[in-house]
Amino acid sequence: MMKPDVSTACDKATGPHGSPYPGGAALAIEGVSHSYGARRALDDVSFTIAPASFTALLGLNGAGKSTLFSVVTRLFGIQAGRISIFGHDIRLAPGEALRLLGVVFQPRTLDLDLSATQNLLYHAALHGIDRREARLRAGEVLARIGLADRAGSKVRDLSGGQMRRLEIARALLHRPRLLLLDEATVGLDVKARADILHHVRRLVTEQGIGVLWATHLFDEIVPSDNVVILHQGRILAQGEVVRIVAEAKARDLYSTFMHLTGTTPASGSAVP
Amino acid sequence: MNSVIAKEQPAGFSFAQYLTCLNGIVWREGLRFVHQRERFISALVRPLVWLFIFAAGFRQVLGISIIPPYETYILYEVYITPGLMAMIQLFNGMQSSLSMVYDREMGNMRTLLVSPMPRWYLLFCKLLAGTAVSVLQVYAFLLIAWFWDIEPPPIGYLTVLPALVLSGLMLGALGMLISSSIRQLENFAGVMNFVIFPMFFASSALYPLWRVQEGSPMLYYVCLFNPFTHAVELIRFALYGQMNWTSLAVVSSCTAIFMFGAVFAYDPSRGFSRRGPAGGET
Repeated sequence: MMKPDVSTACDKATGPHGSPYPGGAALAIEGVSHSYGARRALDDVSFTIAPASFTALLGLNGAGKSTLFSVVTRLFGIQAGRISIFGHDIRLAPGEALRLLGVVFQPRTLDLDLSATQNLLYHAALHGIDRREARLRAGEVLARIGLADRAGSKVRDLSGGQMRRLEIARALLHRPRLLLLDEATVGLDVKARADILHHVRRLVTEQGIGVLWATHLFDEIVPSDNVVILHQGRILAQGEVVRIVAEAKARDLYSTFMHLTGTTPASGSAVP
Repeated sequence: MNSVIAKEQPAGFSFAQYLTCLNGIVWREGLRFVHQRERFISALVRPLVWLFIFAAGFRQVLGISIIPPYETYILYEVYITPGLMAMIQLFNGMQSSLSMVYDREMGNMRTLLVSPMPRWYLLFCKLLAGTAVSVLQVYAFLLIAWFWDIEPPPIGYLTVLPALVLSGLMLGALGMLISSSIRQLENFAGVMNFVIFPMFFASSALYPLWRVQEGSPMLYYVCLFNPFTHAVELIRFALYGQMNWTSLAVVSSCTAIFMFGAVFAYDPSRGFSRRGPAGGET
């Protein structure tokens, strides 16, 4: 499947009409700004995610990634700009937009005292999926993430990597078409990180899910990925990694990032 | 595309889906309740301490004259029972709001708030779930109180149920409203001092209002305007198969106002967005 170029897509209409995506872009963010009092966390952010594509949202700690996630998921109201998910404006049709969206937040959002299955059933209920169907789907997703034997275990007893996999499985339970992950690999060991990233990339190719992967880790991004570089609330560059690197005449994404943000290696927390 | 992706669903949700959501929220609240046995025990011990110790001590000090809904002279224990029932609900309401603050700090709250169901409905379900738990606690208390010779007419156990549901909703909605304005868990101690104690003591839970009026006319008016007083009176009358219309009106209106306030405060375009993201996030 041809992936439309992100940078060109964002300039065009994002709805079903006149859009390069017949069903609307998976996620279209237009001119979104957000302030906490006097502090501006997001400043005129615009980008688009194609259906069935992997886009990395790259930024240092404090760049505004989590704020953007909170705005997209309606935890925070939109102060300025417009966001739509497959053509559904999240302000005008929040229900329709949210049911197409799966999200994994940076902090853990599982109920530690409930079992893996119970967490999934609770999530399913919140999406109006009846109990029988929910049990079926819970069984399926647990098997897919290799946690079928831990279905009855309390979440508290799972490892960090297992919890993350469970959170991803939960986010997919209502079969969304767009998945947002906010630094999903933070605090995990190398193997768990690689497993999760591999799993998410497979969701894109095998299930056609659009993914926005927020990270500050450069090694999670490959040259063929789309990337949106967010720094101090503003987008510095977006598009395919190889193109951005070529345009900046840099060696790799890391030096491109340093060049664009004016960060010296010593002051940044990013890992090359 | 793959079959895993959702087919185009009709817009909105069916009645069955709303019910599924309600069931899920009540079920989870029930599970949490079962898991937190200490919470149940402390919710039960608190009013029992008042009943067994405080009421026994004050029995001689406070004589209660015949006031509606009572038809005879009553013991002080009998008088304060409805107040203690309301106290259980007051604590439960504040406790569920405490858990909402905790959930928000820990991130669990997001699971609820990113549901595609309308947010007012999610909050209402949460409120109903909390109320159901508080009603169970009250009945457990009434059972133990029965062995302590607190014996309202048998029909009272049935007629008090709607009153308990309404007062539970009011106090739960108040807790929810308060939780929306609390930033951190630590601030919750203030709620104890500024909400629970004043509401409980400046009410008809421990002493009839005519007695308060004798002591301090000003306090009498404070008690009169305290919604908790009306929750207590609604329960008191209902427990004896009677209706206190004034209290019903006050409790219903307060429930509506607090609920509206909580929905307003949790609306993403208003109160909730003024805060920054949770600790550590950027």
